[in-house]
Amino acid sequence: MSTTQVQASQLGAKKKLQAEKRTLPLAVRENMVGYLFLLPWFIGLFALTLGPMLGSLYLSFTRYDLLSAPQWIGLQNFTAMFSDIRFLDSLRVTAIYVFLSVPLKLAVALLVALALNKGLRGLGIYRAVYYVPSLLGGSVAIAILWRQIFGQNGIVNQGLALLGIHGLSSWVANPDTSVYTLIILAAWQFGSPMLIFLAGLKQIPHEMYEAAGIDGAGPIGKFFRITLPLLTPIIFFNLVLQMIGAFQAFTPAFIVSSGSGGPYASTLFYTLYIYQQGFGYFHMGYASAMAWVLLMIIALFTAVAFTSSRFWVFYQDER
Amino acid sequence: MKTYQVARPLVRWPKVLIHICLIVGAVLMMYPVIWMLSASFKPENAIFSDPGLLPKQLTFQNYVSGWTALGTSLGFGTFFWNSFLVSVGAVIGNVVSCSMVAYAFARLKLKFKPLWFAIMLGTIMLPYHAIVVPQYILFKSVGWINTFLPLIVPKFLATDAFFIFLMVQFMRALPRELDEAAKMDGCGPIRLFWRVILPLTTPALVTTAIFTFIWTWSDFFSQLIFLNTLQIFTLPVALRTFLDSTGTSSYGGLFAMSILSLLPIFGFFLTFQRLLTEGISTTGMKG
Repeated sequence: MSTTQVQASQLGAKKKLQAEKRTLPLAVRENMVGYLFLLPWFIGLFALTLGPMLGSLYLSFTRYDLLSAPQWIGLQNFTAMFSDIRFLDSLRVTAIYVFLSVPLKLAVALLVALALNKGLRGLGIYRAVYYVPSLLGGSVAIAILWRQIFGQNGIVNQGLALLGIHGLSSWVANPDTSVYTLIILAAWQFGSPMLIFLAGLKQIPHEMYEAAGIDGAGPIGKFFRITLPLLTPIIFFNLVLQMIGAFQAFTPAFIVSSGSGGPYASTLFYTLYIYQQGFGYFHMGYASAMAWVLLMIIALFTAVAFTSSRFWVFYQDER
Repeated sequence: MKTYQVARPLVRWPKVLIHICLIVGAVLMMYPVIWMLSASFKPENAIFSDPGLLPKQLTFQNYVSGWTALGTSLGFGTFFWNSFLVSVGAVIGNVVSCSMVAYAFARLKLKFKPLWFAIMLGTIMLPYHAIVVPQYILFKSVGWINTFLPLIVPKFLATDAFFIFLMVQFMRALPRELDEAAKMDGCGPIRLFWRVILPLTTPALVTTAIFTFIWTWSDFFSQLIFLNTLQIFTLPVALRTFLDSTGTSSYGGLFAMSILSLLPIFGFFLTFQRLLTEGISTTGMKG
């Protein structure tokens, strides 16, 4: 950097003259070069993102099986959803999954982050160990492991047997419990929101706690009056990110149920049903319609989160 | 200032308690993975009958039988190689394309830049499922189904907008004087990118490379859709086929191959542990 500056000052006068001579072309050139740099992104945006989005919007009004040309059927795909029991099942299962896994994951993440923020020795090791599942969790290998853990002879039932609870059946094969095994798998991956919470906690100025201590606030008072309000922007950020991610969960449900979403549609995530319709039955029109409904649902929930944030997210510089 | 000392004794002793809770929690969390590792070295009939973490009888048979279970010429080596090719292709694509795009957004004066930037941010949150059907039709029409192209080419077109955003944030933080000095030197925007900005962006490039590798390595949905013959299966798709073809009859081999498939992620984690954990906390990365 310094060499550049020295060179710049030495050659400055001469170069400046040259630069001034082509001031206008330079701005034009910068604009051109800029668009040249953006070119790959433009191609991707139009060919692989916006184009397909419009494409799936069009397909959602058609019947299309990849073999014959798409056939316009108006709103039939959308009206069919209301009487499609599996579609309604997938909505219900996804709702349970999102509304339980996200708060659970965030609560655990916050709790562990609070514990780690006490200035403990070995912070780096704890942080690493708790973060590993976030890196591994989305993989097929872990989903296979999960299927076993909660199986009939799995380690959960083995552990319960040690406590004297015998004869339990598989948690994965039981339609009443299967989705909860996936919620636990999601919560197990609390590492990355935890790291974000931890970074947020470090931003809270220590003087605030000292001042509150002088005012006689106990640890619980400090948590509710300082930590929690100052952390709301981070909670909000994690909430939106995790919610959008949870709506799109696919791999664990697919592996645990061998792609069926069973037993009795109890693990039929919305995305899994899109997959079955689109790539199992080649109902491309119906799958596209479902994809657009998902997009609308996610947009709606994100909008709700942003609107509600005015009432509960506290930004420090607003004071 | 020293008044908070009063609170000290209260805080002192729970620290031990916190350590105990954290250690118990960590053990509980890692237990399943360690159990799988141990099970992969147990004889098939002892996996469920021998609950201990240290196998009474150590065997490598699972790795041998698992490796050849799907009958490809190189055994699971085929799938490792395929996963490696796809992941490396994705890494190169993301690093090259996202850094170029980020440079234009972060450092160059462009017409309509705010508009394009807003669109770029909007695409970060876009669910892949909303576009996968037309993408599939598009790739099918150009004959790319059953090749690695649908998994790699999009990365060269900067479709992972998240990494663009990451690099824009990083490049914006570099001092403006650099650009001025370089311009004085008669350095055009292209040379400025290549000689000045890109070298200084190395940490963000490395973060992008590592996360792209790990996410592509364990990505399942798109590989499941675009690959459908055994010879070009990647690891996740191969593991799924293994699971479905043997069911619960061959857990040993399945666990062995699962463990092997996780090793590269572990390797990256151990090597770049600091960078990963800090990358998350500073950029708020998903994952």
